[in-house]
Amino acid sequence: MTSITRPEVAHLARLARLDLAPEELDHYAEQLDVILQSVARISEVAADDIPPMSHPIPMVNVFRDDVVTPGITRDEALAAAPAAEDDRFRVPRILDEE
Amino acid sequence: MNDLTRQSAAVLADAIATKAVTAVEVTQAHLDRIASVDGKVHAFLHVTAESALAQAQAVDAKVAAGTPLGPLAGVPLGLKDVLAMKGEPTTAGSKILEGWRPPYDSTVVARLRAADIVILGKTNMDEFAMGSSTEHSAYGPTHNPWDLDRIPGGSGGGSAAALAAFEAPLAIGTDTGGSIRQPASVTGTVGVKPTYGGVSRYGQIALASSLDQPGPCARSVLDTALLHAAIAGHDPRDSTSINAPVPDVVAAAKKADVRGMRIGVVTELMGDGYQAGVSQRYAEALDTLRELGAEIIEVSCPHFEYALGAYYLILPSEASSNLARFDGMRYGLRAGDDGKNSVEQVMAITREAGFGPEVKRRIMLGTYALSSGYYDAYYGQAQKVRTLITRDFNAAFEKVDVLVSPTAPTTAFKLGEKLDDPLAMYLNDVATIPVNLAGIGAMSLPIGLAPEDGLPVGMQIMAPAMADDRLYLAGGALEAALTDKWGHLLIEEAPAL
Repeated sequence: MTSITRPEVAHLARLARLDLAPEELDHYAEQLDVILQSVARISEVAADDIPPMSHPIPMVNVFRDDVVTPGITRDEALAAAPAAEDDRFRVPRILDEE
Repeated sequence: MNDLTRQSAAVLADAIATKAVTAVEVTQAHLDRIASVDGKVHAFLHVTAESALAQAQAVDAKVAAGTPLGPLAGVPLGLKDVLAMKGEPTTAGSKILEGWRPPYDSTVVARLRAADIVILGKTNMDEFAMGSSTEHSAYGPTHNPWDLDRIPGGSGGGSAAALAAFEAPLAIGTDTGGSIRQPASVTGTVGVKPTYGGVSRYGQIALASSLDQPGPCARSVLDTALLHAAIAGHDPRDSTSINAPVPDVVAAAKKADVRGMRIGVVTELMGDGYQAGVSQRYAEALDTLRELGAEIIEVSCPHFEYALGAYYLILPSEASSNLARFDGMRYGLRAGDDGKNSVEQVMAITREAGFGPEVKRRIMLGTYALSSGYYDAYYGQAQKVRTLITRDFNAAFEKVDVLVSPTAPTTAFKLGEKLDDPLAMYLNDVATIPVNLAGIGAMSLPIGLAPEDGLPVGMQIMAPAMADDRLYLAGGALEAALTDKWGHLLIEEAPAL
């Protein structure tokens, strides 16, 4: 497997919404490379015909009855908001002006 | 009753129920103990003294009124800070959740309240449960009560240290790759990771959802079983919760019998890489089990050598997805919201400011493993290895009733020793990780002190899924034999603080 480069780390940081400092990019490029080389050993295992396991208990489509039960109120939900306005979460600009 | 903080949970509950002592006295004694020693240990991030005393008063009122009580009513407990507790700070050891007070109780907390177990406060942990030392807590590390210069394990080091420092007789942990068992091992306490789905994850701040599991921690096998029974069982709010009766762990802990039990020694989890004193105490514990009437059988699990690699792809992948919810919009920290930055910029600035280095490292690793072009080679392959590890367990459990290994390769290491070397830190979990990948249950219990450093060593017992009672059957028997030999529980040898 190939080694991970600084531009790749910068790309990952963008995908993960992490505003990393330049020195962090260098540091993580080095560390992620070491970790990835270590975990890459799993490729030694011949597993072509082995089914992947996403979850320890094979359960699918677990539903409860669709009954209304008490939940948290609007005020409780907004109480922890970094910013709220008009009974809503206030968030930064999402769309460009035009 | 002499020093209330030195008693077992079972003894305290009995004393409260029979009016030998009040629940308020018991709670106050533990709050006093926290006030006197937690400056050195730092097991707690937040002490909920007011609500604890109110809970204790309610228990005393029930005792006075003759209301029937649960088997742990009035007993104090330390709660890992990863579980939501309504109205009380819940940070998961992260700055991004500093000051957040959840508007709801996790199911574990709801069940603790229903059992009248008194919650003393929130215990320290590695940030979002990522770590094996609590050094990744954004609020400073916890110190091991056996040696304050050493780590208490992680991620649940605060819960384990609270037990070992006699600040609480019970604690709740969560275990994703060993975060209950490894801290138990290095602090001379007992911890159980139940079968996946045995205890509800509702209200547990998620790290890796297919691996996470809350569980009980205490200083003895019986106390651990009593707490296990109090929190386990189906929860409609967790769709991965097992809808089946919980094995009778308390009866198993009381029966404590290994006669005729087939105990498998995992050959891949011993030898090279394990500290000499760990290997020595482990061999002695196997002898003890044999003397108690168990049959010891060597078992090979050939794919375990790939468990660490698979885990450190699956965990970061799930974590990078789970931690996407911390975006600074609805709760928690928001940084950089100056009216000019876009929502994406605010998210990136917030996450950079709020997450510590290990969390960022794992988010990046997971983002990489899940990204187009790498998915099959990394995450996909790791999931196949997970199947092979589970098959290893299944094959082993056809030959034996339980499996054993040392819980951790070493005793507690020094604070700072492995902080800058993520791989060295990850190796602590080599023996505990296979259990989480397969979703089975496992216990760590103390088996002695390593001769070279005088620090606690733990043995791990692993049982098939839904057979958690076997952990207590075997663990209880071993604990009873060792207690006979030593004249007391190992934890009694912990230094006074």
